Amino acid sequence: MEALNIMIVGVGGQGTLLASRVLGNVALKKSYDVKVSEVHGMSQRGGSVVTYVKMGEKIHSPLVEKGEADIILAFELLEALRWIEYLKKDGKILINTQRIDPMPVIAGKAKYPESILEKIGVAFENVITIDALGIAKECGNIKAVNMVLIGLMAKYTNIEKDIWIEAMKETVPAKFLDVNLKAFEEGYSS
Amino acid sequence: MKKLMLGNEAVARGAYEAGVTVATAYPGTPSTEITENIAKYDDIYSEWSPNEKVALEVAIGASIAGSRAICSMKHVGLNVAADPLFTVSYTGVNGGLVIMVADDPGMHSSQNEQDSRFYARASNTPMIEPADSQECKDFVKEAFEISEKFDTPVLVRLTTRIAHSQSIVELGEKVEYSLKEYKKDFNKYVMMPAMARKRHVEVEKRMSKLREFSDNTSINRIEWGNKAIGVITSGAAYQYAKEALGDNASYLKIGMVYPLPEKLIREFAKEVDKLYVVEELEPFIENQVRKMGINVTGKEIFPVIGELSAHIIREKILGKTTDVNKVSSGEIPGRPPVLCPGCPHRGMFYVLKKLKLTVTGDIGCYTLGALPPTESMDTCICMGASIGMALGMEKARGKDFSKKTVAVIGESTFIHSGITGLIDVVYNKGNSTVIILDNSTTGMTGHQDNPTTGRTIKGEPTKQVDLVKLANAVGVDRVKVVDPFNIKEFEKVLKEELQAEEPSVIISQRPCALLKSVKYEGVLRINNEKCRICRRCMSIGCPAIVDKGEYIEINEALCNGCELCTKVCNFNAIEKAGV
Repeated sequence: MEALNIMIVGVGGQGTLLASRVLGNVALKKSYDVKVSEVHGMSQRGGSVVTYVKMGEKIHSPLVEKGEADIILAFELLEALRWIEYLKKDGKILINTQRIDPMPVIAGKAKYPESILEKIGVAFENVITIDALGIAKECGNIKAVNMVLIGLMAKYTNIEKDIWIEAMKETVPAKFLDVNLKAFEEGYSS
Repeated sequence: MKKLMLGNEAVARGAYEAGVTVATAYPGTPSTEITENIAKYDDIYSEWSPNEKVALEVAIGASIAGSRAICSMKHVGLNVAADPLFTVSYTGVNGGLVIMVADDPGMHSSQNEQDSRFYARASNTPMIEPADSQECKDFVKEAFEISEKFDTPVLVRLTTRIAHSQSIVELGEKVEYSLKEYKKDFNKYVMMPAMARKRHVEVEKRMSKLREFSDNTSINRIEWGNKAIGVITSGAAYQYAKEALGDNASYLKIGMVYPLPEKLIREFAKEVDKLYVVEELEPFIENQVRKMGINVTGKEIFPVIGELSAHIIREKILGKTTDVNKVSSGEIPGRPPVLCPGCPHRGMFYVLKKLKLTVTGDIGCYTLGALPPTESMDTCICMGASIGMALGMEKARGKDFSKKTVAVIGESTFIHSGITGLIDVVYNKGNSTVIILDNSTTGMTGHQDNPTTGRTIKGEPTKQVDLVKLANAVGVDRVKVVDPFNIKEFEKVLKEELQAEEPSVIISQRPCALLKSVKYEGVLRINNEKCRICRRCMSIGCPAIVDKGEYIEINEALCNGCELCTKVCNFNAIEKAGV
């Protein structure tokens, strides 16, 4: 297969780590070589977080660099803008339209940028948006935002839906599985 | 069986397969998950030690007693454990002894980006460095073999991108390892001058044998490609180089970074047209290669600061850059990490800022209190430094300055290396006020137990250090326990203790909001009819409270209902949502 470079960007606490682990398991099930690079410690705590998932015949560097991402899964608007230059020219960015103000904005020391989607749209063609927070709420748990987004992403890859569901079953804690599967379906069919 | 594993998890698996029975550590990013994962193996004794020095000493004891032992820490932890390291290098081992050290190039979660490879050279300890999770497992097993074969502790170095990247690991079988015989041998294990002089001779002999081993071991290997470019590299840098150059170069992939395989390096250098050393941080390999009289290009083109990447290598060696679509984004505000909603430290920082105190800080979540909007921490140097530094400030600027100075330290950090600082304050007649933040866990590294929590790494109940009695016992007579969410009481107590002309300890006690046992009821909202938009609630710096300009809003996805904000609101304008 062609190597697939994916970035998951968001805010610490949004569940980006679990999403990247589902992706890692999807790759393993497809017998691809895979690397998933995570962030721990100080980088969490409501900070800007990014994880990289790379799959293909043979993966060396665990990092996706500027202009290399086939897909960016953005859990938050501002984070979509922050990482946009990592997207390949013909890459896809899937954006959760949720807005989370960073502390400099909360404290009135900076402004949350306006018209983020328009700015991204000028430079990239494949911009897909979703209200994952709203969908997760309807599914019964606002923390399921990550699986709504995974569902949306599954739609845009050539990997079979069953594989995604199997990977979720192995990755997501059992007691949250039902709501997460529901969230996945909603994302997939959105 | 194949499994996707974090580098750290693979290290744990390697330790298990090697028959390790004792594992010790103090948590520290990016090394923490090694021992968290080892703790899942029932047949391995594992512990969170009070600090890295004790962790290494316990592991040394286990090794001398005949078992295989592993001790894990982050790079700065090795500074704490350096004292035993330099001497266990002399005594050597009985059962294999492996010391894991995780460096953090780029400082994702650290106060400096020291290069731990220099410890290998300084202490005459061999060091090996894996480049992915499979190697993490395999090299740890190999490290135990080297340890026993050469009678030496072995350092295994990780960096963040190896420790915190998942890749595929083929699991192996656990080796049968039986406890080695323990023999009293003071010539080997009692390092007084007469014995140590003899052991130093043994160390030099050992290093010479290890140099020979390094030339022959399969963990150092050549991958031939185009011979126009030759790259000597190791660890994460190897992966970046392969990504950047592919078959356009040949590689000498170093697994044993100390001692280096000199013959192999000479052979490789002879075959290639232009030789590069690609390594993160310091020119550790490069300088040794230069010392061999070999002409090499390294840090004159590669940075000594931060992480490397495939792009940097491609640009510096091939002169190629990647085409990137530019977005006119304007100013993008940063998103620094913040104290979580419901964080117990927030109440304390509110008071510290209000009183405009000089605050010597320490290492933990609370270091975030230095950032806006709380901005109430003046210093952060290393684990435990806050207390000694407060005393130093007092000795430099006098008693009156001390009345406006406070040391802030978490309970786990206090146990790690704050106790000795407190003893210094008492012994040398200081007046320092020390706030110990007791949040019932080691927070920043992801909730590890510690000697004050009453639970071991495996969750078993154990004795709990009594911080009040401990402070009393070292001679602090004024010890108060206060809830930091009781802002008025906290302020009153703090003012009293600052005025007292003797040492005092305030234990700021409230559990971390992320602990499962902590339950706050229902999210809050602002009653816009009552709110006067005075913005007093904004001053606590809660990420859930947002200034919308014409009104203040509570983000219900973030609020956890801790109610701290209700305590600073003068108009009772914050209430439970849905009431």
